[in-house]
Amino acid sequence: MTLAAAAGTAAHATTTTAAETHGFLSPTGVEIAFLLVGLVTLGAAVITVTTRQLVHAALWLVVALGGLAVEYLLLTAEFIAWVQVLIYVGSVVVLLLFGLMLTRAPIGRSPDADSGNRWIALAVSVAAAGALVWVVVDAFRTTWIDLDGAPAGSTEVTGASLFQHWVLPFEALSVLLLAALVGAIVLSRRAKADAATRASATRRGTEGTR
Amino acid sequence: MTTTTLAVLVPLLPFLGAIAGLLLGRTAPGFVRPLAVLPTLVSLASAALVAARQGGEGAVDAATELTPTGSVPVELALHIDGFAALTAVLVTVVAGCVQIYSTGYLRDDPRYPSYAALVSLFTSAMLLVVYSGDLMVLLVGWEVMGICSYFLVGHYWETPEARAASLKAFLVTKLGDVPFLIGLFALATEAGSFRITRILGAVANGGIEHPTLIALLLLAGVAGKSAQFPLHTWLPDAMAGPTPVSALIHAATMVAAGVYFVARLLPLFEASQAAMTVLAVMAAVTMAGSALAALAQDDIKRVLAYSTIGQLGYMTGALAVADRGAAVFHLLSHGAFKALLFLAAGVIIHAAGTNSLAAMSRMGHLRDRVPDAYWTMTVALLALAAIPPFSGFFSKEAVLGAAEHVVTGHTEHAPAAAGWIVLLAGLVTALLTAAYAMRLWLLAFRGHGTEAPDHGRQPLTMTVVLWVLAVPSLALGGLAFRVLPDWFDGHDLTPTLTTSVLGTGVALVGGIITYATWRHTTAHAAARVPLGAVAAHPGGDAARVEAEAIASHEPAYGDIAYAPDPSDPGRLLLGPLHRHAAAGFHLDAVYSALFVRPVRAGASLVRFLDREVVDTYVRGAGTLPRWLGAAVRRAQTGNLQTYVSALLAGTVVLAVAAVLVATGA
Amino acid sequence: MHLAYPAVLSALLFCTGLYGVLARRNAILVLMSVELMLNAVNLNLVAFDVWLSRAAEETLHSGQALALFTIAIAAAEIGIGLAIVLAVYRNRGTSDIDRLRDTAEGHEPDDPDSDATGREAPAPRAAGEKAEATA
Repeated sequence: MTLAAAAGTAAHATTTTAAETHGFLSPTGVEIAFLLVGLVTLGAAVITVTTRQLVHAALWLVVALGGLAVEYLLLTAEFIAWVQVLIYVGSVVVLLLFGLMLTRAPIGRSPDADSGNRWIALAVSVAAAGALVWVVVDAFRTTWIDLDGAPAGSTEVTGASLFQHWVLPFEALSVLLLAALVGAIVLSRRAKADAATRASATRRGTEGTR
Repeated sequence: MTTTTLAVLVPLLPFLGAIAGLLLGRTAPGFVRPLAVLPTLVSLASAALVAARQGGEGAVDAATELTPTGSVPVELALHIDGFAALTAVLVTVVAGCVQIYSTGYLRDDPRYPSYAALVSLFTSAMLLVVYSGDLMVLLVGWEVMGICSYFLVGHYWETPEARAASLKAFLVTKLGDVPFLIGLFALATEAGSFRITRILGAVANGGIEHPTLIALLLLAGVAGKSAQFPLHTWLPDAMAGPTPVSALIHAATMVAAGVYFVARLLPLFEASQAAMTVLAVMAAVTMAGSALAALAQDDIKRVLAYSTIGQLGYMTGALAVADRGAAVFHLLSHGAFKALLFLAAGVIIHAAGTNSLAAMSRMGHLRDRVPDAYWTMTVALLALAAIPPFSGFFSKEAVLGAAEHVVTGHTEHAPAAAGWIVLLAGLVTALLTAAYAMRLWLLAFRGHGTEAPDHGRQPLTMTVVLWVLAVPSLALGGLAFRVLPDWFDGHDLTPTLTTSVLGTGVALVGGIITYATWRHTTAHAAARVPLGAVAAHPGGDAARVEAEAIASHEPAYGDIAYAPDPSDPGRLLLGPLHRHAAAGFHLDAVYSALFVRPVRAGASLVRFLDREVVDTYVRGAGTLPRWLGAAVRRAQTGNLQTYVSALLAGTVVLAVAAVLVATGA
Repeated sequence: MHLAYPAVLSALLFCTGLYGVLARRNAILVLMSVELMLNAVNLNLVAFDVWLSRAAEETLHSGQALALFTIAIAAAEIGIGLAIVLAVYRNRGTSDIDRLRDTAEGHEPDDPDSDATGREAPAPRAAGEKAEATA
C-alpha cells in the first residue's frame, strides 16, 4: 500500500482530512454521474473488443471514446474533452472505418474475429486487471480530488501551460507528425509502384499464355 | 674461375633450372625444354672441368659457416676428392642423357614442365650429396632426393600402381632415414663436427667410442636409399614411374647415394668388425636374392630393377671388404650401363606397346623395329653379365678381386668371413646375372609370332643418347682400370687371374644354360599359349604407352610381376622357386603381416574407440540441449499475439512479485 | 471525487484494450484496442493532473499536456499503422495477424510471383487501386 502513497506524499497531509469526511457509501452527484458514464464507457469498450461484427466494433469504439470525453468534462478538463471528441471521434474512428473498408472487412458477423489466442489473452488481461485494480485501490482509496473552484483544464489554463512550459516539446511533436505524414505517404506509394509493376507483369504473363 | 666456384656451380645450376622451370612452366612453355636440358649440360661441363682440375690429387676442401647453429656447427662445405669428382661427372652425364631423352619420351605429356623441373631438382640434390663436405648439408640433398623420387615415381598418378609405389618408396626410404638421422647425430656428437674431414680425423685418432652402433644406424639409412635387403622392396615397385625416372633415380644416381655415402665414411665402418660383417651379409643376401627374383620377373623394367639391387649388392660387398675404389668403380660403370638399359627398355616398351616379356616373346622382328635399342642393349647386357671386355667385367672383377684379397688374408681392414661371404655370393650372382641377362635378351629380341607393330622411327632424342651411353658401357672399364687407382685409394683395380677365370666362367655357364633352356621351351612353339596385352594408344608418345602398359599388366596377368607363361626359360630354371621369386620371396607379405596389418588394426581400434566410445559421450552431451532446443522451438510459432501474451504475462507476474516484495508481504 | 474512480476505470479500460490486442484477429481491430489502451492512459493522466493541481499546487499541468501529446501521437500512430496494415493486406491478401507467421521455424518464404498470379491476386490489386484512390 505504500507504493502509491509514496508517490503522493506531497499531497498526503491535505487530502487525509478530506478523505475522512468523504466515504464511498455516500457518493456525491459528480461521482454518481462519473460512475454511470464510466459503466457505459467500459461496457462499450468491452463490446468493442468482443463483438463479431467489425464495423460495429468501430461504432462501439465511438461510444467508448465519447464516454471518455464526458469523463474528462466531469474532471473539469474541458479542453481535453473537446480535443478528444474532435480528434478521436472525428478523425481516428473515421480512419479506422476507412481501413476496414479498404481491407474488405466483412459486413455482418464474422465467425473468426477472435484468434485462437483468446483464452490466453483473457487470462493475461484478467490477471493484469486484478493486479492493477488491487494496487490502485489499495493506494488511492483515501485520496480525494477537490473539484471545486476554477476548472483545472479550461482552455485558458491549458493553453497558458502548453505555450509557456511545453512549447519546445510541442514543436518537436509537430516534427513527429510531419514525419508520420511522410511515412504514411511513402508506405502507400511504394506499395502502389510494386502493385503497378506486378499488375503489368501478370498482364504480360497472361497475354503470353494466351 | 676457381675450382671451388666451379664446384659450387655444379649443383646450383640444375637447382636454378628447376626453380625457373617450375615458375615458367605454365606461362612460357617454350622455355621449359631449354631450361631442363641446358643447366644440366653446363653442369656436366663444369663437373668435368672440376674433375680435370682435381685430377686425383689432394682433395679440394672449402667451407663457410653462415651462422652459428648451436653446439655442433653446420657448415656449407665442399669436399671434392677423386670419388666425388668422378661420381659427379657420372651423375651429370646420366642426368643430361635423361633430360634429353625425356624431351622425346614425354613429348606430349601435359605435366612435362613439372616433371623436368623435378628431375633437375633431383640432379641438383644428388650433386649436393656428392660434393658436400658436411653431413647435415648432405642430409639436405639426401632428403630432397627422397621427396623428388616420391613425386617422380607418382608421375602417372592416374594409375593406382603409381600412387601405391610412390607412397611405398617414400615410406620405406623414410623408415631407413630415421635411424640414419639418429646415427648422424650420434656421430656428430662423438666427433664434435659434421664435417667429413674432421669425422675421418676423429676416426683415425680413435675418437669414436661407439662405432658399431653408429655404423649400424647409418647402415639402415643406406639400406633404405640403396635398396639393400631388407629395405629394397620399394625399388621394383618404383618402376611404375616413367622409364627415364627409373634410369636416373633408381639405377644410376639416387640408389648410388647410399653406396657413395658408405664409401666416403668407410674408415668409420672399418672401425667396427660387426658392421663390416653385417654389411657383407646384407650384400650377399641382396645379391643372390635379387638375382633370383630378376630371373622370374615378367615386366622388363622390374627385371632391371632387381638387377640394379643386385649390382648395388656388389658395391656394398666391395665396401664390406673395405675396398671403396672397387665399389665406386662398379658404381661408375654400373651407372652408365644401367642407365642405358633403362633408356633402351623405354624405347622397347614404346615400340612393343607392352612392358611384358611374355608378350614381347610373342612378337616377331621387334629388334628390327628398334635397331638402336637392340644393339645398345646388347652391349649393356654384356656389360651387366660381366663379359670381357665390356666395362662391367672390369668393375665386377675389381670387386671379386678385392674379396679374394681379403680371403687370402692380404689385408686386415675387413674380417675374412666377410671376404668369403662376398666372394661366394658374388660368384653365384655372376652366374644368375648372366642367366637373367640372357633371358631378357632372348625374350625381348628373339621372339616369334605376329609382327611387332610399326610406329615408325623412334625420336632422335631417344636414340642418340643410347649410343652416347653405349660408349662408356663398352669401354669405360678397359680404359679406366689402370687410371682410376690414382684417383681413388691406390688399391689395384686390375682383374686377377683366378677371379677373372672363375667369374667369366660362371657367367658363360649361366648364359649357355639359359640359352639351352630357352631352345627347349620354345621348341614346343605349337603349344604356346597366346598371351599379351598391348597399349590402347600405340601411336601416342612413349610416356602414355608406358602408363597404359603398367595399368594393363595386372588386369591381363593377375599380378604386377608375374605372367603365366610356360615358355619362359626362367620358369624351368627356377623350378618350384619361380613362384616365390616372382613375388620377391614374399617379403612384401611379411611386411604386410608385420607392419601394415598391426597399424591397420590399431587404426581401426582407434576408429572404433572414437566412434563408439568418445562419440557416445559427445552425442549424450548433445541430447539434452537438443531436447531443450526442441521444446523452445515449439514455442516459436511465428504468431505475434502469442509472443506478446507471453511477454505481458511475464510482466504481470514480475509486477505482482515486485509489489509483494515492496510491501513486504 | 475519489481518485479511485477514474483510476479503476482507467485500469479496467486498459485491460480491456489489452485483451483486444491479444485476442483480436483483424489488424484493424487490434489498432482499435491500442486506441483504447492509450485512452485509458489519458484518463489516468488527466485525473492525476486535476488532483495534483489542487492538492500540490502544481502549475505546470504536465498531465494534461502529456495527454494532449499522447492524443497527437496516437493520431500519428493510427495513420502509420493503417498504412502498414494496408501494405500488408496488399501483399498478402489478408490482414489477419495470426496468419503473418514468416518468423516461425520451417516457414517457406512466399514466392512473390505465386502471390501475384495465384488465387490471391485479384484482392491485392483491387486493394492497391483503392489505396490509390484514397491517396
